[in-house]
Parts: sequence; C-alpha cells; structure tokens
Amino acid sequence: MATQEPAPGSSRAVRRPTALDKDLPRPAQRDVNGVAAVVEFRFGAAWAALLLLGACTATGSSGPTAAKSDAAAHKTPLLAGLDPDADLDPFPSTYRPGPSRPAAVVGATILTATGQEIVNGVVVMSGGRIASVGPAGTPTPAGATLIDGRGKWVTPGVIDIHSHMGDYPVPSVPSRSDGNELTDPNTAQVWAEHSVWPQDPAFDRSRAGGVTTLEILPGSGNLFGGRSVVLKNVTATTVGAMKFPGAPYDLKMACGENPKRVYGSKGRAPSTAMGNVAGYRAAWLAAQDYRRKWDEYRAKVGRGVAADPPTRNLQLDTLVGVLKGDIRIQNHCYRADEMATMIDISHEFGFHIAAFHHAVESYKIAPLLKREGICSVMWADWGGFKMESFDSTEANAALVQRVGACTIIHSDDDYIDQHLNQEAAIAMAAGARAGIPVSHADAISWITANPARALGIFKETGSLEPGKAADLVVWSTDPFSVYALAEHVFIDGAQVYDRAHPAQPRSDFELGQPAQGAFTPQGTMP
Amino acid sequence: MTPRRLILSTALALAFTVPASAETVAIVGARIETAGPKGALARGTLVITDGRIAAMGADVLPPAGAQVIDGTGKVVTPGLIAASTNLTASEVEGVRATHDDSAGAGLSAGFDISYGVNLASTFVPRARQTGVTLAVVTPAPLQGGEEDDEGEDGQEVLEARHLTAGAGEAGWRDPGLFGGQAAAVRLDEGDPDPVFKSRLAVTLDLLRGGPASSRGTAFVLLHTALADARRFARDPAAFDRDAAASRYGREDLEALVPVVQGRTPLLVRVQRAADIRQVLRFALAEHVHVILEGAQEAWEVAPELAEAGVAVLVDPEDDLPESFDTLGARLDNAARLQAAGVAVVIQGSRDFNNLRQARFNAGTAVAYGLPYEAAIASLTSVPARVFGFGDKAGLLEVGREADVVVWSGDPLETSSWPLAVFIAGKRQPDTSRGLQLRDRYLPQDIAAGTP
Repeated sequence: MATQEPAPGSSRAVRRPTALDKDLPRPAQRDVNGVAAVVEFRFGAAWAALLLLGACTATGSSGPTAAKSDAAAHKTPLLAGLDPDADLDPFPSTYRPGPSRPAAVVGATILTATGQEIVNGVVVMSGGRIASVGPAGTPTPAGATLIDGRGKWVTPGVIDIHSHMGDYPVPSVPSRSDGNELTDPNTAQVWAEHSVWPQDPAFDRSRAGGVTTLEILPGSGNLFGGRSVVLKNVTATTVGAMKFPGAPYDLKMACGENPKRVYGSKGRAPSTAMGNVAGYRAAWLAAQDYRRKWDEYRAKVGRGVAADPPTRNLQLDTLVGVLKGDIRIQNHCYRADEMATMIDISHEFGFHIAAFHHAVESYKIAPLLKREGICSVMWADWGGFKMESFDSTEANAALVQRVGACTIIHSDDDYIDQHLNQEAAIAMAAGARAGIPVSHADAISWITANPARALGIFKETGSLEPGKAADLVVWSTDPFSVYALAEHVFIDGAQVYDRAHPAQPRSDFELGQPAQGAFTPQGTMP
Repeated sequence: MTPRRLILSTALALAFTVPASAETVAIVGARIETAGPKGALARGTLVITDGRIAAMGADVLPPAGAQVIDGTGKVVTPGLIAASTNLTASEVEGVRATHDDSAGAGLSAGFDISYGVNLASTFVPRARQTGVTLAVVTPAPLQGGEEDDEGEDGQEVLEARHLTAGAGEAGWRDPGLFGGQAAAVRLDEGDPDPVFKSRLAVTLDLLRGGPASSRGTAFVLLHTALADARRFARDPAAFDRDAAASRYGREDLEALVPVVQGRTPLLVRVQRAADIRQVLRFALAEHVHVILEGAQEAWEVAPELAEAGVAVLVDPEDDLPESFDTLGARLDNAARLQAAGVAVVIQGSRDFNNLRQARFNAGTAVAYGLPYEAAIASLTSVPARVFGFGDKAGLLEVGREADVVVWSGDPLETSSWPLAVFIAGKRQPDTSRGLQLRDRYLPQDIAAGTP
C-alpha cells in the first residue's frame, strides 16, 4: 500500500549525469541497473530526507504518510479502489535525491528568504540538507567541496508556482496538447501529473534558470480544472520520479472569461459570470452531499449495521479533499470583484483558497487578501491582453507586499519561467518607483519562500535554513540584475546544473536534433 | 575626447550662451549612450532646442535660460524603437473588434496598416514609459492554419502571444503569404499625424502552419507573385484587361511593385535555418531586399546573412524548441549573429502590452555575450538604419531630431525606468494608465511622495 515507503534499493529514480557525477560512466546513464547502484550509494541521504519529510507531512495535510486507511474499521474491506480513503496516494512519488557530497559556498552574498541578507556569508550543504548558513568564518566540514562565492549571490532554489511544463510541452503540437480537459466545466477528477511528459525540453531550460520546484497546473478553461502536481525539477523518465515527496495536492479553479467563453461557445453552461458562480456552488453542494453519504456509511459500518457504500466518484473525491482541508485551492482569477465573490463561496462551503493566480487586480483589494490569508500570484506587469487583465499595473506586487499580504511572482510561461528572477526584479523596481521600496531580502521570498508556503512545502524547501533541503542557486551576480545567470543549481544537495560544464542535461527528445538542446552553457561566446 | 571634438563642442556651447527659447532643455552630467559614431560619453551634457539636439559633449555648458535636468548618475539614450509590433493597431488582444492589424479577406500585400494607427491607445503612454518613442507597426503574422488556441486557455501568456489575427476565418484570396504594408509611428503625444513613414515594408510569412501550408507551395507562389507584380508594373492596363490571370488584385500588386524594384523591403517571418537559406536564394534571384524576423536558427546561417547584408529581428529569450522549425533556438543567437557581422535588432514581445521586454531582452543578450554597445544599438540605431529612418531617430548626434530618454540608471537593467522622455524635442507626459491605476490605489501618504 501507499503508506509503505518503497525499499531504498528498489527506487526507479533515474537521473542523467551532471557535473558532480563525473565518476558516473556515461553509458550507464540510462541503464537501470547502473542507476540502482548509484541509488544504493546515496541511500543514506535519501533516508535522511524521507525522515525529515515524514515530520513535515505529519503536520501537513495529505500525502503518502497521511494516507491512513480507514478500511481497517470496516467489517469487510471494500474491493480495491472502492473506498476513497483507503489510498490517498495511488500515484506515489518515486523521487530520490541525487548523489551529493558535502559542499559549501564561501564568500557570497546570501539571501536566505527569511528576511536576511548576509554579505560575505557561508552556506554549507551536507547529506542533501542545509547544514549551516552564516557569516564569514562559519566552519565548513573537512573534505567539503568549496565553491568560491566571492562576487556571487546565493538564494534558495526558485519555485515557479504556475507552470504547464510537461502538460503543454514543446514542441507545441496538437498531439501533446494535454493541459486543458475541455470536455466539461468540472473536471476535478483529472490529475495534471497524468499529462506530464517528463521529456519536455523546457524542464532543462528552466533548471538552467535556477528553478528547482514547479507546480504543474491544469489549464483554466474549466471552472474546476483538476489536480495539480508539484515537481522537483530533476531529469527523469517518469513523472513519479519528479514528484515532490509529501507535497499536498492542489485543485485548480478558474474565474472569469475562460470557462464562460469555452462553454458558452459550445452552447452550454456557463456562458456568463453568474453561470460560473452557479457552477462552482452546484459542485460544492454535490461534494457536501457525497461527503455526508460516506460519513453515514462509515457510521453505520462502525455500529455494525449492514450498509451499501456510496459509489466512488473521483471528481467528488477531489472536492471533498478540499472541504476536509487536505487539498488546496489555486484559483485563476484576474479581477478584484471576482476574487471577492470566490472568497464568499469559500465561506459558504467552509474551505480556504490558497492563492489567486494572475491576480492582476489584487492591488485593489490587498487588505482583504491579507485578512483572508490568501496569496496573490502575479506577473510583474503583463496585462491588457483581454478585458479581465486590462487594469494591470506594474506596482501590483509592491502594493500587495506593502500591506503584508502574501506576494508571489509566477510565470505561466516557459520563457518567463527561465527569468523569474528578472520578473521579480521588474516588480521590485515598480515598487521603488511608486515609493514602496522592497528589499532584496524580502523580494526573494516572492519566488522562493512564499510559493513554498502556498504549496504547503515550506517546511522542506523555499528558504536557506539548517535542516531544510539543500535546494539552492549560486548566481553570477545580484539575482535581481538582468545580467544575473544561475551558475550552480542544487536540488537536495545534488548539483543538477553547472553552467561551466559543457555537457548539460538534455531531454531524450533533443538527441539527434540539429542543435542538440543548445543553450549557451557559459553565458558567453564560445 | 579628441581635441577636434572638444573644440566643436565648445563652439556649440558658446553658441548657446545666447538666450535660449523656452523649449531649450539641458541634460547635464549624464552618461550619454549615443548609439552612434561617438559611442558612449561617460559624463556629458545634451542640449535640446527647437526639437533638435543642439549640442552634446563633455564640456558643453547649459545655455542660459535652459531647463536643466540633473543627469548625475543617470543615463541618456536615443528613444527606443519597437521593431515589429501591433502598438496603435490593436488595443485588447482578446477583443477582436479592437484589432486593426490584419487584412481580413479583402487584401494581402495591399493591406496598409497605417490607416488603422490610433495614437490614443492606452498602450502608447505605457510604451513611452518603457522608453519607446517610435514603433514599427506591422501586420500580424499569418498563422491561420495553426490549431485553435482555445485548448491552451491556461497558458495566458502563450495565448496572448499566439492569438493571431484572423484573416483565415474569412478565407484567403491569396495563400496568405503577405500580411500587408507596415508603417513607422512616432509616439509623440497629441500628434495628429503620427505616421511618419508608411509603406515601410511588406510582410511575408513563411511560418509553418500558415495558409501556404508547405514550403514547396509558398516559394513557388512567391516567385509567381513577384512575376505578376513585374508584369503589372510594366503594363497596368494590360493587367487590368486580364486580371483573372493573377491570384492577386490590383492593390496587392501595387504594393509589391516597389518590392520588386528593390525600393521597399520584404519583412520575412522565418525561423528554420534551411528556410532562411531559401529566403537568401530567393532574394538574390529576385533582386529583392529582405529583413528577417524571428530567425531563431539564424545563428546557423550567420556568415551567409552577413555576406548578403541581411538584417535580423530577434527575441533573445527565444531558446525553446517551440516548434519543429525552432529546434536550434538558443540564448546567444543575437551574440553570434552580431559577432559574424549581421545587423541585429532586438525585439521584445510583439504585443503592445509588453514592449518593455525589449530592453530586458537586450540585457539578457548581453548576459549571453552581446557587447553592451551593440545591445543599445540593437534597440535604437540599428533598427533606424534597417528601416531607413534617416535622421529622424535612432541615435544621438548634433543636428538630429531629439528623440531622447533620460533613464534612472542602466537602461537595460530591471531596476531602471525612464525619468524623462522627449520626442522631437517635446517632453512627453510622465504617465500611463497603469501608473494612474497605481496612484488611485496608492495610500495617500505614499502617493504624496511619488515621483
């Protein structure tokens, strides 16, 4: 069952070699046996990670360790699959951290994403975790690989909370357009991970931009788009080997123009904004009813009364997961007035919205968002491409940050994703221009700590603090500069990108292609 | 500074010690990126009088009575040129009624975008607030054969990028090779006649998925179209007697006549290296002048482009194999082309609502190897030269019309913004709809101190 962790040696995690894997013979990179040997070699680190994650998910919500079966309480367990609570993690993560050895970045400016900027600091990684973060003189373990950080900056790994990589991979062709199940306004039953093509070349470019964690969301054509998946940005042959262990599931919802346009044009509901709202409410009512039926069934079984179980419904399972607080809501919503309506709906049915995405008008209701504890997930200033994005201002993020509401910068785009540091910087400059200065120490949270919080993975990643995963980026200069390049990228202490190394990870798709996944490794002319 | 230049500047400075008109502005003590032969002046003064640059140099003194802008720590550049955009020809991408950037079923090459130019667009002030003073407004790329984008609603940005004008929905008179005629538009607030050069170029779309759905069709028909234009030029009356012999109408062929005569360039949207080579062969055979746009794989053909003297418009962020025609896209495309001697113009997003991306793209190109001065030129003097703007725009030189931007810092940096924008010497309003929305929702205590 999913509650049981797989034995370490049986991992199916597959990685391609990176600069720190120089000892790994190249022909073995796709050899399952060869990789298994590597997994055993690094298995200590992997277990340390799992133990820490267990602590995380115990206080978190769903995920493998939370998948406690109620089936034992039944007199007769239901047949496999019929009980929605029997296995909350039927597609478990098989991710294992890559091989790592103790390493330290010495002499860099460190943005911890806990509000600190440490000049001439030291970050030590050991066993895949952050061992210490401190000023000059912080001890480094004997034998650690030292990275000269002078003139460079270190930040947590970048988290892109809104991506469609793998679901809408490149090349963009109809046979791989798997991001929007536009067959019904409610497709809460679909899971984005089942559309992810792990060979999307965009993942490699993203990694070179410093992105270590991504949330892959279904599209916004439906009122309920489906479940998202949180991925570690590692090369893999299966989506399971990228899945962020223990990350809660999210449900994508969408306000506004997209659902009503898609379904209105098909001559069915919703075709108006009010039709959208009726659609959300009808779905939550159905979920409450489904939940009640299961509760009644379990109560009867508990009393030893013979009872027929309700028919399991994958769509309603997801919605009930939200009502129980196990699944978070990531809500595509541009306009302030529509956000307020969504907040009313969340009160009506008793759930919480984690974040409004795109959120072009968050600046109009920033205090309300602060009060409700809802994050705004924004571009720096993209807007005007449709009516619901017409009121964009590049001061949006700064105005949200100013009231202390959760501020996040996202991409929703494979290009912006590679330059999320620039996107945050543009929003930061707009703040400065508006008389709302935002420090480097605070702004870095927009693309690290805050998305981690919104995803429920902050105990594991998103800031540089001892004990957390060693997900970090060494930048060539101030990461908010247009000239900054990610030089070293680490995930769980394993170096997954090294700009100085000529052989960059590349997707299977790009082998044999004219340019072989060419993107400049050095950042300069060869 | 050479002695000769010093003397010249001093002489000019002296010339302006006479009382200046109210329109005289002196930007004093700034770094001046001329984008021209003088390169960068580490610290200098630039004087604008009567719409022109009256003096510029390290030792120039502000004329008496001039309005002085303290340029200490600031950077001055020519106004930026948005190369190939729909600014002023389209307002809200998702509202079709606001689009005037494609021909529809009526015309192909004959379509003239200059008639749709609307300087009252709310995106014009927004463009100026990212330093853009001139826009090359071009017909939307023809990608009518692409998948309906409705399936990608979630990708808001991609949707915006891919929403293409819909000539296809009404059917095509020609196979959709030519988008129509581009225009150059100056963004001078309130100018009743902002189009200063129409019929600037004719766009030609060789993007896969376009209505001319294969190259073997596109290039054959292209040769035919130009042959028809030549026939029409020789004897319009004969053409009129036998109009059915051409796929093109009179208006379309009229637009192609200056193309076949080598007076007007074809702005060719093309991506794959093999296609770029075909375009070079075609241009040579037909004696037409071409400029390339997109050109993701141009770096593979860089020496041939340099040899042919063909300029390219590129987006330096374009590094994904987004289609089978861009498998070779890479982040140092601009740097490699420039190093080979190709004239490189850097674009942002085509979309009016994200023109600011051009200067950051230039910064990204610098991070990937493009020399800094070449990056500045790629936004200013190179597009001015490529599109033939003469002394109207593109570089800072005494005697030229003053399209000038004063930046708070490095114009390619994320942290800078324009402090003052001049077009033909006229100070432009420091506002935009986005800034007005900001100020409406800005707490009063902060608003009071906002620049």
